[in-house]
Amino acid sequence: MGSRVEILNDDGYRSDGRRQFELRDITMDLSQRGTADGSAMITHGLTQVLVSVFGPREAKMRSQTFHDRAVLNVEVNIAPFSTGERRKRNRGDKRILEFASAIKSTFEPVVQTNLYPRSQIDIYVHVLQQDGGLLQAGINATTLALVSAGIPLLDLVCAVTGGVHSTSPMLDLTTLEENDIPHLTVAIMPKTGKITLVTMETRLHADRFADIFKLACEAGQVIHKEMKRTVRARTRRLVDAMDLGIRSSAGTGENVDKDVAMNEPE
Amino acid sequence: MVEITIKKRPRADAVVTQRRFFKKTARGKVIKVLRERYLRDDVSCGIHSCRQCASIEESKPTLPSSGSLDHSSFPNGHFVLPDTNVFLAQMDLIESNLFAPPIIVLQTVMEEVRHRSLPLYNRLKALLKADDKQTWVFYNEFRSETAVVREEEESPNDRNDRGIRKATSWYHTHISLARPPVRGQAKPTIPDVVLLTDDAANRQKAEKEGIKCMSVRKYVEGAKESSRLLDLLSAVGSNEIEPTKTAAARQALYPEYLSTATLVAGVKSGQLHQGHFNANPYNYLEGNVPVSTFDKPVLLIGRENMNRAIQGDVVAVEVFPESEWKAPGDEVVDQETTLKDDDADESEEEGDDIEAIREAKVLRAEQAKKAAAERQPTGRIVGVIKRNWRSYVCHIDSSSLTSSHETSLSQQTVFATPVSRSLPRIRLRTRQAPALLGQKILVTIDRWDNTSRYPEGHFVRALGKVESKEAEQESLLLEFDVPYRPFGKAILDCLPPEGDAWVVPPKSDANPEWRDREDLRDLLICSIDPPGCQDIDDALHARPLPNGNVEAGVHIADVSRFVLPDTPMDSEAAARGTTVYLVDKRIDMLPALLGTNLCSLRPFVERLAFSVIWVSAAREMTPEAEIVNVRFTKSVIASKQAFTYEEAQIRKDDPTQTDALTEGIRLLNRLAVQLRAGRMAAGALNLASPEVKIHLESAESSDPVDVEQKELRETNSLVEEFMLLANISVARKIQETFPQTAVLRRHMPPPRTNFEKLQDVLKKRRGLALDVSSSGALAASLDKCTDAAEPAFNTLVRIMATRCMLSAEYFCAGSVGRDTFGHYGLATPIYTHFTSPIRRYADVLAHRQLAAAIGHAPLHASLHAKPHVERVLGVVNRRHRMAQMAGRASVEFYVGLALQGRARQGPPVVEDAFVIRVFRNGVGVFVSKLGLEGLVTFTRETSFDAENYQISVPTTATATATTTTVAVFDRVKVQIAVERDKNTQRGKVKMTLVGPVDLRALSA
Repeated sequence: MGSRVEILNDDGYRSDGRRQFELRDITMDLSQRGTADGSAMITHGLTQVLVSVFGPREAKMRSQTFHDRAVLNVEVNIAPFSTGERRKRNRGDKRILEFASAIKSTFEPVVQTNLYPRSQIDIYVHVLQQDGGLLQAGINATTLALVSAGIPLLDLVCAVTGGVHSTSPMLDLTTLEENDIPHLTVAIMPKTGKITLVTMETRLHADRFADIFKLACEAGQVIHKEMKRTVRARTRRLVDAMDLGIRSSAGTGENVDKDVAMNEPE
Repeated sequence: MVEITIKKRPRADAVVTQRRFFKKTARGKVIKVLRERYLRDDVSCGIHSCRQCASIEESKPTLPSSGSLDHSSFPNGHFVLPDTNVFLAQMDLIESNLFAPPIIVLQTVMEEVRHRSLPLYNRLKALLKADDKQTWVFYNEFRSETAVVREEEESPNDRNDRGIRKATSWYHTHISLARPPVRGQAKPTIPDVVLLTDDAANRQKAEKEGIKCMSVRKYVEGAKESSRLLDLLSAVGSNEIEPTKTAAARQALYPEYLSTATLVAGVKSGQLHQGHFNANPYNYLEGNVPVSTFDKPVLLIGRENMNRAIQGDVVAVEVFPESEWKAPGDEVVDQETTLKDDDADESEEEGDDIEAIREAKVLRAEQAKKAAAERQPTGRIVGVIKRNWRSYVCHIDSSSLTSSHETSLSQQTVFATPVSRSLPRIRLRTRQAPALLGQKILVTIDRWDNTSRYPEGHFVRALGKVESKEAEQESLLLEFDVPYRPFGKAILDCLPPEGDAWVVPPKSDANPEWRDREDLRDLLICSIDPPGCQDIDDALHARPLPNGNVEAGVHIADVSRFVLPDTPMDSEAAARGTTVYLVDKRIDMLPALLGTNLCSLRPFVERLAFSVIWVSAAREMTPEAEIVNVRFTKSVIASKQAFTYEEAQIRKDDPTQTDALTEGIRLLNRLAVQLRAGRMAAGALNLASPEVKIHLESAESSDPVDVEQKELRETNSLVEEFMLLANISVARKIQETFPQTAVLRRHMPPPRTNFEKLQDVLKKRRGLALDVSSSGALAASLDKCTDAAEPAFNTLVRIMATRCMLSAEYFCAGSVGRDTFGHYGLATPIYTHFTSPIRRYADVLAHRQLAAAIGHAPLHASLHAKPHVERVLGVVNRRHRMAQMAGRASVEFYVGLALQGRARQGPPVVEDAFVIRVFRNGVGVFVSKLGLEGLVTFTRETSFDAENYQISVPTTATATATTTTVAVFDRVKVQIAVERDKNTQRGKVKMTLVGPVDLRALSA
């Protein structure tokens, strides 16, 4: 639709009142859901994704396993009510398969699958609400869910979308912006600065790519900080709870050696 | 590195920070949309040295801290905060540089303007960027204190009004907070923020809330220079402002078409009339349909009556009772200026809005002044029998773009303005609008619903940058529907396999090539053509015979030997119809191997020809070239020389040259003079058309250097006379042999009414009479139309007379009555085209028929079938017309380029011109030196005298102190410039009157 909304107006405001380099509100929720080994719900603005992780566990079909490592199995379900227009997508939908395989290939080099030979890790992604940055939310939520399931990762994967309007780069796009401007999604491993995913479905001038790519990497660090804070808060809560438990049952607490790395200053 | 932050949005405030609304898609589906909004405290108020906002980075305040002190009602200074309706209705006032108070534009207002009218929004944005205005955009919807949420049962308009009031009162408190009273000092003066609105309800509510507000009129009355500002106030009174319409059902703007069966029955019974629709290029609200029932075409006034017809459609018209007949308008109404504020987006309501009202005003204003005398049948279109839509060359209208950033991928609805003035703007949806700006593009019309003011189309492809020669050339060919693709393999396979090594085989009776062919290789034949001509299709010879008679021959390239019926090459040539000549390009009808080599009668080589040979009894001094005998034969010739007109002329005039070839030319010339005299005596017309010649710098660069009028020499007329004679002789022969299917050409005498206007003008302005009873009488009276002081006057009258005539056409002898065969312009009872088979398809047919008539070859079956010949000639007629127009348009484009070139080098181009038409607000002028017709419009008050074809123009800027009268046939001086239309990038010739009155300063 010929939208009447200005993507970035002359005074530097985007249509939702943010400026160029402001990310949308992020909330992360790592609370336990059902029988899942780990789950996380993340919202980027109005995009909301819930990921549940099961495993590592024995695979249903042995033929699909590897003798030296675990298999990642990603399944995506997009709720029909997630967009304004109710639209049912079946599971064979090409967009959904592509989305699932993007997540899978992002995490394959990060998850230490070699620790779990002949097993399978199931990642179920539920998209509850969409407003741009779906892949970014999916990846971030998967990272958190894997963490909460206690699966060893080389690093936390942080994803951000970036776009460019005329010559001005912008971060974390809404649907409105994604429809209008060329954009890409970058997933980084913040500690090493390595990139596990870059995807772009629109045309972008080669000269602009470098700017926006660098910017997205920077933004990944910001998200990483937020993730780390959430994960640490949760771990502290768990540890505190364990502490209490130990204290009350055994009465001792002298050599409860907490994970040192967890307490390093930010 | 930039600072990347995460903007927090409190979940608890979701009511304020989320917007939820329903949207209806184009297909009628309702979608729920949720958007979020981040409220912030760092939105600056834009006032200089505001303490509260000083901490906000990147804000560069533009408003003076004291406001404006010029208004009598606000001695403490004030800022103006206009409501949406002020921008919608009073943009001219605000744009005026007399209107100087600092303006605060709210985001709410900006968005409302953007929704209501994009062009106005673009004007508003230009205003915000202007240096001489003090403006500030306040993003009230993003500032936490001023953001408002729509309440239950509140219309969007009321919500916006409330938002505006809230922002106004916030400004008020903000200013006073920023300047707290300091003890011991005088109370600081606090400037007011005045809400300007023409919405009475909003004013009332504002007053209740203690907000200072005013209507625009009242505000202006108290301002400085109020008298001059009041003039700029638009007439739309406060009571006419209606709130933003909520989505209403789309209204039908045009009446429904009648069903096909009703149309057919109506046309048959005579209640409806069928004809081709012609739009008026000067006035987009007017068109006409020539129908056989009336002498004058049926006039259609207004959009509803034209009912979605597009130039060239075959339509059915209902004629109104005679009491409602009207006269055509005499004003120039330009679509772009009248509708410049119209909006391309479909989501707008297109009902009875501002534009429609404005249009109605234009029409009414015109009708009121109309003289009752020139009424003509008036009617309305009730149905379209056949659409004649094709692809049109257009430009994107830049003001209809929502976003012009190169990177924008969003789909936009924009206007495409066709190059041809007779077409309406086309609405089109595209994702690449910004990239297409400044390009020529091809657009096809898909449909025109009766709920849509404009037809809808789609983008086909881009032709290239505007004014690049390639794009202009291709657009020209497309615009006139000229087939210009290279010849395909099937066609090239029809060429002789030897290629350019093909030669006439040596003479022998056994060779089929020489069967029934005369050997004319020894004759002193030469060709005379324009310089640079490659497709030589005619050559001539003349010689005295031993018995004292004179023999003259015309030899035409034997194209029918190579182009055989029922081959791919033949059908392609039939489809192309004619070769098209543009200034820098020729689009051939036949492949170049034939056209410029094997068929072309080049000098020094043997070529096959079709010869017409006359034997005349005329001796040296007899006045009449009496033809004793004419014979037609296929032949083999060898041209001795290819002359240009100029070379032949020099050779003829040089008394030292006495060789046989030169003598031949002299003999030909003598005969031609006699032929011409005979033709003129029979009443042939000497017509004039504005032909100019473009000088190109070199063949490669093809940059036009200059324009000059074509020169005519004696030798031009020599060739012309013999070609006419050959055509007439052939026409007689084939008509005799094939009375049913002979391919002939005729020129119908124009209906007398066509001349009425010209006769009237001539009588009133010059006291001259034009006798149009016959072509002879017309020729004689045209000769008398002279003005001793103006040698060009006669040419002008001839040009205007030519425009009153019908155009010549090919026809099939059996299809029309024998008495309508005549050629009016040439004053001959029968005529055909035979002499240019390389570049005209009708000539190829004539060749085949003549070959059959002399028993050289049997006639192909298709040429015996009347319907087939009729169909082929229908195509050829159309192509011929189009080719002429394309050629003319090409010349026009190059004249434009040449003018630009000239203007760059020196002073503006000023030329003499003649007035040929007078409108209420302008004059049509003709610049004979450039063959250019243009329009001079007057922006100031003029007094128009339709009866006497004159218009009085004030000579000075001060009111109507002195006036000068300009009338038809007056010689004036105009300044010619080519300027680009701002929106369409279309190069437009702009003429301004320089003499007798200099209007350069006034019309600016």
